[in-house]
Amino acid sequence: MALLDIIDAEKRFGAVTAVDRVSLSVERGEFFALLGPSGCGKTTLLRLIAGFDAPDTGRIVIDGADVTAIPPYARPVNMMFQSYALFSHLDVAGNIAFGLRQEGMERRRREARITEMLALVQMSGFERRRPHELSGGQKQRVALARALAKMPKLLLLDEPLAALDRKLREETRLELSGIQRRVGTTFLVVTHDQEEALGMASRIAVMREGCLAQIGTPSEIYERPNSRFVADFVGAVNLFEGETVAGLTKGSALAIRPEKLRLAGERPDGLALAATIVSIDYQGGQSTVHLETSAGRRLRANLPSAAAHSFARGQAVWASWSPDDAVTLTR
Amino acid sequence: MIGIGGWLRRGLIGLPFAWLALFFLLPLAIVVGISFAESADSIPPYTALLARSPAGLETHATLMNYRELAQGCLRAYGNSLGFAALATVLCLLIGYPVAFAISRAPGVWRQLLLFFVMLPFWTSFLIRVYAWIAILQPSGLLNRILLATGVIDAPLPLLYNGFAVELGLVYSYLPFMILPLYGSLSRLDENLVEAAADLGAWPWRVFVQVILPLTLPGIAAGALLVFIPAVGEFVIPDLLGGPGTVMVGKLLWQEFFDNVDWPAAAAIAVVLVLVLTLPLLLAQRFVEGEEPT
Repeated sequence: MALLDIIDAEKRFGAVTAVDRVSLSVERGEFFALLGPSGCGKTTLLRLIAGFDAPDTGRIVIDGADVTAIPPYARPVNMMFQSYALFSHLDVAGNIAFGLRQEGMERRRREARITEMLALVQMSGFERRRPHELSGGQKQRVALARALAKMPKLLLLDEPLAALDRKLREETRLELSGIQRRVGTTFLVVTHDQEEALGMASRIAVMREGCLAQIGTPSEIYERPNSRFVADFVGAVNLFEGETVAGLTKGSALAIRPEKLRLAGERPDGLALAATIVSIDYQGGQSTVHLETSAGRRLRANLPSAAAHSFARGQAVWASWSPDDAVTLTR
Repeated sequence: MIGIGGWLRRGLIGLPFAWLALFFLLPLAIVVGISFAESADSIPPYTALLARSPAGLETHATLMNYRELAQGCLRAYGNSLGFAALATVLCLLIGYPVAFAISRAPGVWRQLLLFFVMLPFWTSFLIRVYAWIAILQPSGLLNRILLATGVIDAPLPLLYNGFAVELGLVYSYLPFMILPLYGSLSRLDENLVEAAADLGAWPWRVFVQVILPLTLPGIAAGALLVFIPAVGEFVIPDLLGGPGTVMVGKLLWQEFFDNVDWPAAAAIAVVLVLVLTLPLLLAQRFVEGEEPT
């Protein structure tokens, strides 16, 4: 039995359908990511699960119990807010104790849980600090500790890394995965950042305009996108529309990831496109080569920088790919 | 070296201080001086604190006014503080739900409701207090309605008593409570309310444990804006009150204008300032306790 079942949920705000007949199952112990551009309805879906908004139609089932009509304070779910939403009138320990107090946990067990949670997020010794005395990263950890303290069946995380700077974001992403494995709680994270979703999640649901575009493991989503939207949103992609490439029917497209594109000075065997190098974008370990075909089509190829050095701007090259690396898209 | 900007800044900071010194501290010092003088049949109607005499410079400063005040005026202070404290509590109890509702109302409604809160200020304060006389007097609107509907057999004594004074105070000062509360409540992050509910807090507990403590600065500001002027209020007890509801403001007026006893009036004013300093300092701590989120 799945831990979370969203069955045919729909939520409209006036004329806008934020969540459009979405059905979704999340298994116990999963690190599940809802990925999509802003305004795709992923945060609304999260709020439906937390209980802050009620779906117009459909049901939310958590651990076998229909919670659609149950208010947020009675759901076995906790949420980490994008803004962290720490209580500024309480110190760190008070913030973590807040949820435990509501369920009437006695003082000694409560203090033990606070200590345990702060150790988990590596914030031991910060019990008496006030939220305004903490850095962004520290606030994030306290918010995580507070949401985990009640040991919810399902932890919802709304853009957990969005407010952190880049370097901290990567560290925290790894930590978040580590914490999830240690506590074994099911995590459902909402993010607009595809790198974040690919890096953390065991499964990803890509959302678009209130609908689910594709559900799958990170490699399925990346290697085998089911639509132009998913291929384009998750990572960079070279898209060849049906009319332009031999062997494709009209209305379908061929998607090839930039790192799958091979460049050569001589024409290789098999399918290849003649192109001119427009620019070489050096990014350290790898470089992105921007190409333009004779038909005016823009392509990008990612190469190890060592390999990119053998090419120069303005050079005529052949771009080719292995048939296994190309995905045919019909949507 | 201080540039023009520096001088400008000094000027801008200095201006309010100069204003305070000139129009508050200086007059206050004069009042304090007069409060130690004796009443006299002269112009101005009090004795000089220092006088030249054959023996040299001698002082006529006396604590007599304060002694008389301690004997005869404590009841008026008690009345003032009591009426004002009750008015503050009532304004808070009425104003908080109102401010809460306005802060949660949709955009257009919020503007309209705030406009309604401010609307009474468009009419003279005096006229509004007089209107209450028309409503509360034995043959007034309220009594006529109650008589006509058979709720009562004889007119209720609604005017010229403590009830009328309290009603007048609450009515007049309610907007001063609602506006700072609204300010505090509208700045409250809705996520905090949701976070509290998410952590298992029932709506009442969300209110007591999150909303109330986070709006304490607004409560303190509103309480000050009601309590301080209500203690010194003169017009409302004068027009709506009776012999049993003498407040400090009324007493001050009587000493100053009716008895032409400036030193006694000055002493009353000085004690009033001292009495009001304590709650001011207390509330200041709450207002300063407000932290950026």
